[in-house]
Amino acid sequence: MEFVNPEGLRLDGRRPMEMRQLRAEIGVVSKADGSAVFEMGNTKVIAAVYGPREVQNRSQQSNDQALVRCEYSMANFSTGDRMRKPKGDRRSTEISMVIRQTMEACILTHLMPRSQIDIFVQVLQADGGTRSACINAATLALADAGIPMTDIVTSCSAGFLNGTPLLDLNYVEDSAGGPDVTVGILPKLDKVTLLQMDSKLQMETFETVMQLATEGCKAVASYIREVLLENTKQLESRRGV
Amino acid sequence: MLQSKSFVKKTKQGKVLKVVREHYLRDDIYCGAPFCKVCDVAAARLDSNASTIIIVDTNVVLHQIDLLENPAVDNVVVLSIVLEEVKNKNLAVYNRLRALCSNTLRRFFVFSNEYHKDTYVKIEPGESPNDRNDRAIRVATQWYQHHIGAAARVLLVTNDRDNKRKAIEGGIPAETVESYAKSLGQPALLDLIVQAPAEDVTMEDAEDLRPSKRKTIYAEHKPMSEITSGMHRGIYHQGKLRVNRYNPFEAYVGSESIGDEIIIYGRTNMNRAFDGDIVAVELLPQDCWKEEKSLAIANDEDDEDDDVHLAPSSADDAPRVSHPSQISIGNKSDMPTRPSGRVIGIIKRNWHTYCGSLEPMPMPAGDGGIAHALFVSKDRRVPKIRIQTRQLGNLLDKRIIVAVDSWDRLSRYPSGHYVRTIGEIGDRDTESEVVLIENDIDARPFSSQVLACLPPLPWSVSAEDIANPIRQDLRHIRVFSVDPPGCRDIDDALHCTFLPSGHFEVGVHIADVTNFLHSGTPLDDEASQRGTSVYLVERRIDMLPKPLTEDICSLRADVERLTFSVIWEMTPEAEIISTRYTKAIVKSCAALSYVEAQARMDDSRMADPLTTDLRNLNKLAKIMRQKRIERGALTLASAEVKFQIDTETHDPLDIGMYQIREANQMIEEFMLAANISVAKKILEHFPPTSLLRRHPTPTNDMLEPLIQTAASVGLSLDVTSSKALADSLDRAVGDDPFFNKLIRILATRCMSQAVYFCSGDLSPPEFYHYGLAAPVYTHFTSPIRRYADVIVHRLLAASLGICRLPDIFQDRPRLTGIADNLNYRHRNAQMASRGSVELHTLIYFRKRPTYTEARILKIRANGFIVFVPKYGIEGPVYLTSRGQKGGGEWIIDEQQQKIKKTNGEVSYGVLQPVRIHMEVVESQPNRPKLELTLVC
Ligand SMILES: [Zn+2]
Repeated sequence: MEFVNPEGLRLDGRRPMEMRQLRAEIGVVSKADGSAVFEMGNTKVIAAVYGPREVQNRSQQSNDQALVRCEYSMANFSTGDRMRKPKGDRRSTEISMVIRQTMEACILTHLMPRSQIDIFVQVLQADGGTRSACINAATLALADAGIPMTDIVTSCSAGFLNGTPLLDLNYVEDSAGGPDVTVGILPKLDKVTLLQMDSKLQMETFETVMQLATEGCKAVASYIREVLLENTKQLESRRGV
Repeated sequence: MLQSKSFVKKTKQGKVLKVVREHYLRDDIYCGAPFCKVCDVAAARLDSNASTIIIVDTNVVLHQIDLLENPAVDNVVVLSIVLEEVKNKNLAVYNRLRALCSNTLRRFFVFSNEYHKDTYVKIEPGESPNDRNDRAIRVATQWYQHHIGAAARVLLVTNDRDNKRKAIEGGIPAETVESYAKSLGQPALLDLIVQAPAEDVTMEDAEDLRPSKRKTIYAEHKPMSEITSGMHRGIYHQGKLRVNRYNPFEAYVGSESIGDEIIIYGRTNMNRAFDGDIVAVELLPQDCWKEEKSLAIANDEDDEDDDVHLAPSSADDAPRVSHPSQISIGNKSDMPTRPSGRVIGIIKRNWHTYCGSLEPMPMPAGDGGIAHALFVSKDRRVPKIRIQTRQLGNLLDKRIIVAVDSWDRLSRYPSGHYVRTIGEIGDRDTESEVVLIENDIDARPFSSQVLACLPPLPWSVSAEDIANPIRQDLRHIRVFSVDPPGCRDIDDALHCTFLPSGHFEVGVHIADVTNFLHSGTPLDDEASQRGTSVYLVERRIDMLPKPLTEDICSLRADVERLTFSVIWEMTPEAEIISTRYTKAIVKSCAALSYVEAQARMDDSRMADPLTTDLRNLNKLAKIMRQKRIERGALTLASAEVKFQIDTETHDPLDIGMYQIREANQMIEEFMLAANISVAKKILEHFPPTSLLRRHPTPTNDMLEPLIQTAASVGLSLDVTSSKALADSLDRAVGDDPFFNKLIRILATRCMSQAVYFCSGDLSPPEFYHYGLAAPVYTHFTSPIRRYADVIVHRLLAASLGICRLPDIFQDRPRLTGIADNLNYRHRNAQMASRGSVELHTLIYFRKRPTYTEARILKIRANGFIVFVPKYGIEGPVYLTSRGQKGGGEWIIDEQQQKIKKTNGEVSYGVLQPVRIHMEVVESQPNRPKLELTLVC
C-alpha cells in the first residue's frame, strides 16, 4: 500500500514530517487534583491525577520517596467496534507500567516521602499514537495538580513506511505493520526517558526515525508549555493578580 | 511544523463500524505553472509558455491513455481525485499515468486538489460519489482558471456530456477528447482515440458485412452475479484461458474446481475471450465433446496458413495434437477423455497492446480519409482487430502497436485503436523490437539508481576480502574456465587436483554475484524483475549491468575474482566422498573455448598440467554421465541453430546446427553435479523456502505424437518411466545415422519444460526432475545471467551461516511470486531467442534460395510437414494447392501416413528424407515468407 504518494502527501494530507493537530485542555475533572484532556488528531486521552495523598496500602509506603501508581484503560467506545475488553489485559498492564516509569522519572518523588500519587489515564478515542498521547496528558495533569517535576515529559512516535520516516502515525499507518518508534523526552534537560520500538529497523534508519520522533517531542513540549502558560495566566486573572 | 489550517472529517462507511479519518487541508499545494507569481515554482512541471493547460477527467484517462501518452499532448494537470479513481478502476492505466507524471520529458503535473483548502469539496446530501468527484474536477478547473488568470487558457477535457454541460454553465471551458485532439492539428492523433461502442455500427465494412446483415455472432456474457452463483453450484468453472500458440482456435482453461484442463474449441465457444483472460466456463455435455471438436475445425474457415517456423524444443513450444482421432491406432478408446466447454462470461480481461501489421487492403476512396482496417497480430493467439485510421497509406507497410477497446457480440472481431508505429515490416531493427515487445522484455538501459548500486571501477580484490574469514584463498590452485568462444560473462570455472590419497579434488567455482548484489537494493529489484539475460541472435539483453557481468564478476583469465565454490573429493570412479561449500578467491589461469579445450584433450602431444586436468575431468565426467544415464536420465536433443553474424551490418552470414563437443558435455556434467549438491544442501536447511527446479513427468497424452510417429515407422517405444524411455531411445537405431537423433529431438519436444518452484508449495515426490532423473535440482551455476541462481546463492550462504537470509524468504507467497515471475521471464526469453532466430533465418534466406535435405514429420491431407535439421526449422510442404480436394497427381493416405505418386514412381513415409527447396517469397506485399517446396 502507498502511504506517501509521489507528491509527498500522506493519506490524510499531511507531509511525512508533520504532526497531527494537537489540542489540550486543563482541569477537565474538577474532583481530581489535576486533570487534562490531550488530543493528537483523532486520538483523545483523558488523564486525572490524585495526590500527593496518604498511602492506602501501608505496606507499600516508602520513607524516602512518594509512591507513584498508574492505571491505564481504554474506554469501550474508543475504537468504534463494540468489543468488551477485559480490564487488566496484558497490553493495558504494559502501558500502565510504561506510563508509570516514564512519569516517575520526572517527578521529584523524594520531596514527598510517605505519600502516594495516582495517575489515571483513559483513552476516549483511539487513532494511533495512544501511548504518546497518554504520556502527554499525564504530564499536563501532573502539572495541573502542582506536583513538583524536574521537567515536563513529552512523547511522540515515528514510523518508517515506503522508505520514508513518518512522524506521528495515525491508526491506518500504525496498522501497516511497519516499525513504530515511541520516544519520550525531558525537553529542557534534553534527555530520553522512554524508547520503544516494534518490529525491526536498520541501524542508520533507526537513527533518523528516532531523531524525527525526538523533534516531534520537542514540538509537543512547546505546545504544552504554551498551554500551561495560558492556564497560569487564566488562574492569575481569576485571582485578580 | 504543523501546517494544517483547518480540517474536515471525512466519513467512510465500513461494513458495520463507522470509520473516521482525518483529512488535512493545506495551503502549500502549488499550481505547477512556472510563470505563477503566487506559488512556489520549484516543483513546477508545466511549460513556461504554455498557452493551454488541460485538465482531464477520470474516464478520459481510463480510455484515452494512448492519446495522453503521445508527446503531442502536454501541459496536462492530473488531479489527485482522478488519480485515485483511476487507481481503483484500472491499476495498469494508473501505472502508465504515474509514469507519465514522473517522466521529465513530459509536462504532466499532479495537483493534489483533494488536499487543497480551496478545491476540496464535501459531498452534499443526496449526491452520488461520482457526481461529487465530477464536481471536484470542475471546482479544481475553476480554481485554476482564476489562479492562472490571463496567463494561459484552462481547458477541461471530458467526454461526459453532463459534466461538460455543467462546466460550460459554470463558465469553465470544456471540450470532448475528439474536438481537443482535432484542435491539435495532427490528424494522426485521431487514430489514437478510442471509439465509443455506440459508433461501432459504422465499422462493419472492414469485414464486409452490410449493417442489414448484422447478426449475433457470439452468445451474451452472463452477468457477474449469475456467474458467482453458478460457480457456487458447481456448474460454471473459473480459470485462466490459454490459447494454443499454434492453433488459435483451440484454448484451454485450467480449472481448479474440476482439477483438469477444459478444452475450448473454436471462436464461438471461446466467446470473445482473449488469451490470459480469467473466464467462467460451462462444460458441454459429454457426448458433445468429440463432436464439438470436429465441428470447430470444420467451421473456422479463416484458418491461416501454417508458417515455416523454428522446430519446437519442448512441448511448451509445440502445437498440441489436434487430430488424434483421425489417426486410428486401434487401441485407443473412442471416448475422448478431456472435457470440453464454452466460455459464458469473462471475469477479468487481459487486454493489452499487441504488435503486428494491417491486413493488406486497397486504399478506400473518399470517406474523409478514414479507413477501416483489420489488424493482424504477430501473436497468432490474438484474433484480428478492427481499427479506424486516417493514415492507412502510411501504416500498411509498418509494424504497429494496437490496443483493444471492446468486443461487441454482433461483430466477429474486436475493435481497437492504433497506438504507435514501430518501423517498417521486414526491417531487422523493427522486427527485433517486435520480438522484444511481444515477449514483454525490458531492453531499456539501466536507470541511474540501479547503476549507483555498482561498486566503483576499476574494481579489484581488496585486502579485506582476502582477510575475510569466510573467504578461502584458493589463488594458488590451477583454476580455468571453458565457455563458448567470445564469452565475456564467464560465471563458472573449474579445478581438478590429484590428491596424494589417489582421489581427486574437483572444484566448481561460480562468480560470487551476491557479494555485489544485495537484497532490497534497486539493482536487486531490477534483476529480480528481469529474471534472466536474453540472448538474441545479434545482441544480448543483460539481467545485470555490464560492469558486473563482464568485469567484476566475470571469472576472466589472470585476474583475481571472488567466487562461491562447491568442492568435492571424488574417487577415480567419480564417487563423491565429501562435499564442501565455501566463498573463495580464485585466479583463473586460462579462459578456454570449447574448441580449444577439445583440441588440447585430443592432442596427444600435449602433457602440460592444464591439459592433464582437463583429461582427468573429462574422464570423471564420462563416468558421471554414464551413471546418470543408468539412473534413467534422458539424453535429449534439440536442433539448436547457430548464426554467424556480420560484425558490421549484423546480417547473418552463415547458419548451421550447433555442434556439441565432448568438452561441452564435460562442463555440463559438473554444472549438473554442482546444482544437485547445492539443491540438497539448501533443501536440508530450508525445507519450506528453497527455490528448486523440477521437470514434470510427461503424461501419456503428451507422448502420444511420439508414440504414433514411432509406430508408423514400426518402432515401439516404452514410455512407462524415464529409464524405460531412455532405454528404448537407445535401441531406436534406424538404417541411417541421423535417425536416432531425430527420434530424440521428437521425444524432447513432447516434454514440457522444467520450472522453478518454491519447495514449500509442493510435496517432495513432485520435486522430481524427470529429464535428469534427479530427486532434487536447482540452478546455482549462472548467477550472472539468471536470477534464480542469485536466490540460490543467498540460500546457500545462509545455510552455511555466512549471512542472514533476507526477509523475503519468510514470506512464502512472495517467494512463490518470484518463482512464477522467473518462469514467465524464462519462457519469454526463450520465445524471444526463438523469434530472433526465426527472423534471422528469414533474412538469411532472402538472398539465398537453397536446396537441402529434410525429414517428413507428419503427412496431412494436402502435403506434409517437414523438419529441416540443418537449419532447425519445420514447416509445411504443399503438394496440392489450397482448397483443392484430393491429391492431384499424389495419393495421400493420412490414415497410414503414406504418400504415393499416382504413377507409383515415388512414395514417402514418415521420417523419410526428402529434398526440398527453400526460398523467401512475397505472395503479399511486405509479407515475406519462407516457402518449402518438394524437389523430385
Ligand atoms: Zn500558482
